Amino acid sequence: MQPFRSVTGPAIPLMMANVDTDVIIPIQRLVGTGREGLGPYAFERLRTRADGSENPDFVGNHPAWRGAPILLADENFGCGSSREGAVWALMGMGVRCVIAPSFGDIFFANCFQNGLLPVRLPIAAIRRIAEETEAAPGNARTTVDLERQVVITPRGEEIPFAVDARKRQALLEGLDDIALTLRQREAIEAWRARDRAARPWAWESVA
Amino acid sequence: MPSTMFDRIWDRHVVADLGEGWSLLYLDRILVHDLSGGRAMEELAEKGLRVAEPRKVFATPDHAVSSAPGRTAMTYRKGGELLARLRARCAAEGVRIFDLGQRGNGIVHVMAPELAIVLPGLTLACGDSHTCTNGGVGALAFGIGASELAHALATQTLPQRRPGTFRIRFEGARPPGVTAKDMILAAIGRFGAAAGTGMAMEYAGEAVRALSVEERLTLCNLSIEMGAKVGMVAPDDATFHYLAGRDFAPKGRLWEQAMAEWRALPSDEEAVFTRDETIRMADVPPQITWGTSPEQVVAVTGHVPPLEAARDAAQRAAWEAALRYMGLAPGQPLIGTKVDWVFIGSCTNSRLSDLRAAAAMLKGRRKAPHVTAWVVPGSEQVKAEAEAEGLHRRFLEAGFEWREPGCALCVAANGEAVPEGARCVSTSNRNFVGRQGSGARTHLASPATAAAAALAGAIVDARSF
Repeated sequence: MQPFRSVTGPAIPLMMANVDTDVIIPIQRLVGTGREGLGPYAFERLRTRADGSENPDFVGNHPAWRGAPILLADENFGCGSSREGAVWALMGMGVRCVIAPSFGDIFFANCFQNGLLPVRLPIAAIRRIAEETEAAPGNARTTVDLERQVVITPRGEEIPFAVDARKRQALLEGLDDIALTLRQREAIEAWRARDRAARPWAWESVA
Repeated sequence: MPSTMFDRIWDRHVVADLGEGWSLLYLDRILVHDLSGGRAMEELAEKGLRVAEPRKVFATPDHAVSSAPGRTAMTYRKGGELLARLRARCAAEGVRIFDLGQRGNGIVHVMAPELAIVLPGLTLACGDSHTCTNGGVGALAFGIGASELAHALATQTLPQRRPGTFRIRFEGARPPGVTAKDMILAAIGRFGAAAGTGMAMEYAGEAVRALSVEERLTLCNLSIEMGAKVGMVAPDDATFHYLAGRDFAPKGRLWEQAMAEWRALPSDEEAVFTRDETIRMADVPPQITWGTSPEQVVAVTGHVPPLEAARDAAQRAAWEAALRYMGLAPGQPLIGTKVDWVFIGSCTNSRLSDLRAAAAMLKGRRKAPHVTAWVVPGSEQVKAEAEAEGLHRRFLEAGFEWREPGCALCVAANGEAVPEGARCVSTSNRNFVGRQGSGARTHLASPATAAAAALAGAIVDARSF
């Protein structure tokens, strides 16, 4: 997994609520495209018009925010489908951090598996970052520092954020969950032995 | 100390406490499907890992397979390629696969309860967000992404953070013409699409106790549309009766032992939930969505809300965008809105009781000439049982298409789609922008409401149609 320590750059002020993972990446792209190739299709249905031309109203198409590493959104970002392709597509378009008041649970977990940092901030703080960004498109820079657990707005205001210690550590070091769990092999084996004796019905019916 | 059913199942499955509310949870069952299953197992092989407990893993192709009558794996070529990879990895790992046309094949959350792969008190994970459906039998079932799926397969465990608990009690008797789909849509409309984020839902109360197991699966299916990974209904005699004798249900002495444990699962009377709400059934009429989030829902006899009713500027903007996409105006009634497509299917509403409810609306009538109406049974078994009852003939005589099992138009990952701009009344679970096809306009509703819309060619109140 790609480690995450800190990122600085423009923040795309998407500011929509309930952005679902179908909108982030249409399922049709997941059937035929490898995970590395999804970036061009991120937000495809917002980014392009029905005739295939670029939609100038989509904020991600604005020259100031093309390739920006931070995305700002309203509540419940990444709700819906469990498709991890949503995370791969965002990373493919250059996003390394999404800041929103809340996230879909499965999307939130998927982010940490890939080195994309989801940051929860109050909506008022996100709106401030969006306003400061829109006031100086092309120049405004936001920093998200995972080591210090702060977001630094374009005007220099520092806003602390919370993150689970084990997820923070894994992101900082780029650690893979599977490798960590395999270290628990003995505990898993012990649990299995106990459970097999206690709940034979849960084992034998599929043996 | 009093505890909830969720607490009991969670606590029993903790292999290790990882601190800060995180646990390493043991998974009793893992389900895989064609869209992500083959790839997840390939990823393991590339890392030099094997599937830890292949007998506890079950595969079925559903997402990317054509639903066309007489289909083969290659009818949709891209899906056929995914299926070939799934077959190859299942064979190499010793994972059971219920392949196309075989008994047991179907939508993963339809076939798992049907074969009793999922049982009360078990933990189950699957790379699909609607895994919460399986909680309808009293299991702790949740959806995961591709990386978590690889982890689950390699270790039969997952690190998970303990969610809060959220109970909704549906009190009072269910009014005639109101379905489990209407109950859960009404709950999402009331509490919002993010109300269950970080929560495990439990549905309880008189009206839930009175639901069949199939209806409970429908209820739990839309938990994720309220933001919750987990939705559950306590097991009872209806559950035991439903599961008894199915393929992977315990038999004989083991069944008796399992039942004794299952009877102790329901939440204690005094158990405290993080959030506890009550919905009176008298306040739940048949529902239909008007927008592009499941929370944008009203009574089928209701109106699109006026923009002034939005709670703030952000919601107003979201409503405006949704109405633009849906081709609807603020304040307009839903009844009478012209419909082009009807889809009866998906892990929400493709079980035998759903197809019966839809067929009961037909009464010898034909669909409106301009409507394309599809019925996609949830599994080979549902299809066989429906055909044994002659339901397929009734649908065909009404001008509906009777198709092969799979996810089909719910997720449009199989080369099938509702056309650009077409309006579809769908029994599925998501009305997201582009979900059923680029530019497709989805109205979520029950099978009865969908069937009635096909006949009328417009949205109607199925109770008086």
